[in-house]
Amino acid sequence: MSSPEQWTHPEPGAGPAATAAEPTPEQVIAGLRATTEGGAELTQLLTPEGERLASSPFDSYVADIDATALCELYRDMVLVRRADREANAMQRQGQLGIWVPLLGQEAAQVGSGRALRPSDMAFPSYREHGVAYTRGIDFRELLGIFRGTDHSSWDFQKHGFHPYTIVIGNQVLNATGYAMGQKFEGKVGDDDGEATIVYFGDGATSQGDVAEGFVWAAVYDAPVVFFCQNNQWAISEPTERQSRLPLYQRARGYGFPGIRVDGNDVLACLAVSRWALDECRHGNGPVLIEAFTYRMDAHTTTDDPTRYRLSDELEVWKHKDPIERVRVHLARTGGADQAFFDDVQAEADRFAAELRDFCFNMPDPPPERIFANVYAESSPALEAQREEYLAYLEGFATEDSLAGSSTGAGER
Amino acid sequence: MMAAPVKATTDGAPSSVQNLTIGKALNLGLRAAMEADDKVLILGEDVGKLGGVFRITDGLQKDFGEQRVLDTPLAESGIIGTAIGLAVRGFRPVCEIQFEGFIFPGFDQIVSQLAKLHYRTQGGVRAPVVIRVPFGGGIGAVEHHSESPESLFAHIAGLKVVSCANPVDAYWMIQQAIRSDDPVLFFEPKRLYHSGALKAPVDTTATPDPLFASRTVRRGSTATLVAYGPSVKVCLDAATAVEEDGTSLEVIDLRSLSPLDLEPVFESVRRTGRLIAVSEAQSESSITSEIAARVQQECFYSLESPVLRVTGFDTPYPPSKLEEHFLPDLDRVLHAVDRALAW
Ligand SMILES: Cc1ncc(C[n+]2csc(CCOP(=O)(O)OP(=O)(O)O)c2C)c(N)n1
Ligand SMILES: [Mg+2]
Repeated sequence: MSSPEQWTHPEPGAGPAATAAEPTPEQVIAGLRATTEGGAELTQLLTPEGERLASSPFDSYVADIDATALCELYRDMVLVRRADREANAMQRQGQLGIWVPLLGQEAAQVGSGRALRPSDMAFPSYREHGVAYTRGIDFRELLGIFRGTDHSSWDFQKHGFHPYTIVIGNQVLNATGYAMGQKFEGKVGDDDGEATIVYFGDGATSQGDVAEGFVWAAVYDAPVVFFCQNNQWAISEPTERQSRLPLYQRARGYGFPGIRVDGNDVLACLAVSRWALDECRHGNGPVLIEAFTYRMDAHTTTDDPTRYRLSDELEVWKHKDPIERVRVHLARTGGADQAFFDDVQAEADRFAAELRDFCFNMPDPPPERIFANVYAESSPALEAQREEYLAYLEGFATEDSLAGSSTGAGER
Repeated sequence: MMAAPVKATTDGAPSSVQNLTIGKALNLGLRAAMEADDKVLILGEDVGKLGGVFRITDGLQKDFGEQRVLDTPLAESGIIGTAIGLAVRGFRPVCEIQFEGFIFPGFDQIVSQLAKLHYRTQGGVRAPVVIRVPFGGGIGAVEHHSESPESLFAHIAGLKVVSCANPVDAYWMIQQAIRSDDPVLFFEPKRLYHSGALKAPVDTTATPDPLFASRTVRRGSTATLVAYGPSVKVCLDAATAVEEDGTSLEVIDLRSLSPLDLEPVFESVRRTGRLIAVSEAQSESSITSEIAARVQQECFYSLESPVLRVTGFDTPYPPSKLEEHFLPDLDRVLHAVDRALAW
């Protein structure tokens, strides 16, 4: 594959510029598709083998992460993964309509999420359960969306965590606007500045909304970190369907820095996110981060990845597992002993059991909820529609009680 | 359509007849269109190897190649905007929108370019683009996966909008839409795609009905129900449910939402005197509003009761645990019939 530099400085008379080469079947099988290795530009602090690489320019951003703090990040990831697996299982048992697994993306989400301050704002897409957790949102609060009892329920202001956005790319513009607001209100410019982070996928980078978000953020110097989790797939489409160029390099064309971080390295994700947020706080935003990671499970519980990708690819990525490398590192350096790992596992199992208990007992919302909050100001027409429907339901209740049945309204 | 020679199979049925679901009929209809005209292309997200999230394009990329079945980048404006360019260049692109809720990034291209190209160029440029849109609810999905935005498109001059409700129509209408020289929004009832109960014999040598025509699918005399897409089945079930009580409901499948073919509806209402229009879409400024307006104008002296509507409420689509309330069901349709009769 020729480098971008060659494309931007073509040799006169050398004929048409080279384009990206197709990966060979061997590369695909080895998980080494054109962009899959991460390349030399990949920022990594902890290797898949659990080795701490020193002398990165980002070291200073994690100088405070001692063994105890690393244990906390490990615990976060284990808990998030355990909850994710439980939710996935509950979908299989019919308790959730669908689940969107984050398996494999724990480091990208926990690392970036833990880099945020309470005064910062995060705009998720729909897979950011790990980020939600770092924003202090009870995992149980995420279930309603997937069980179909609500569209979102947490306190967005309190947690600094916007509702999930399902329409690909929409939230990137919304986040940019929010960040412009932080700037307009003078909350940017020093160590105490505010910042916004927005999450989206590799597929999303093709949407106009994302391109426009980049333009707006650049023009208004908005303090927003564009956090792209490149998990290599947009449902069945590999990243090559979206871009010739490694995604982080897009930033350059818009006039702000872009960086590729090992998205399976929680320490690197924390460091790079802290750096990028810091830039934003000081008025040097925006920044694009491409977290190079892998979607280890299906796109959602309704997806069947065997139709479009080789299982060998997953096997390759299992060696880069985000949790395992931290465990190995902690064990090898004496940062944690077996008792710690056992405790975390036990806590994760309790966490999952609570989640399960809660889910099985979630009540269905009442029918009048359909009509609630459509507008901030009341709508007489809609109120009439609600009254008419509730009266109609009431009719069934009366019929049922006349017939001696205990079935209530809405359970027709 | 030329009738192909028909071979008899072992069970005696001609081999040109297959028992199909709506999903499979669409798949075979697309295949037939691609075989008939090599300018027909399919563009969309995940339509290639995966065969689309509903498998409607299953096997097409394998058989026709990546030049004709394109897994596009993830951008609906891109899909529709480039389809317009391809059409100008002489292709007949068929765009798949993954779920109706994701058509809106492409709305600008549809409204500003697709709908107006022929008019602006005084007929000089045609844009024979088909946009396939799985629509409707009842699948227990998260937001943006269960909506019914068809009225927004029917409102736009220059677009044609159709919806199929059974496998025979699915097979033929998609081919007719692709052959049409006008842009066609093709709404597919997603919750019925793989319904075994709706499986029907599709004779691939038959002569299909015209595309932009409604059809009376059940004769009756007490009242008329008019619907399209997924609601046709609801109306047919309602008609069956009250048959024994001596209530005889006529059911009309609109099939074409723009242009509307309301002559059969007028004729029916003149006989029954009562009309109930059924749709999952919100009622405000919708196709059912249009029907009510036109029927009262054409059938004023025949009406025994006002035109009633059974629709989704004028709210966003609710969380799926509440969708059984939102969606018109048999009970709500029959309740409206009772109200019309009691008027
Ligand atoms: C506008 C829009 N088009 C299509 C979809 C359907 N869809 C949901 S997720 C997805 C793929 C997204 O891929 P990516 O951006 O890489 O995020 P990932 O799911 O891999 O996290 C698609 C096409 C959608 N939600 N919104
Ligand atoms: Mg992705």
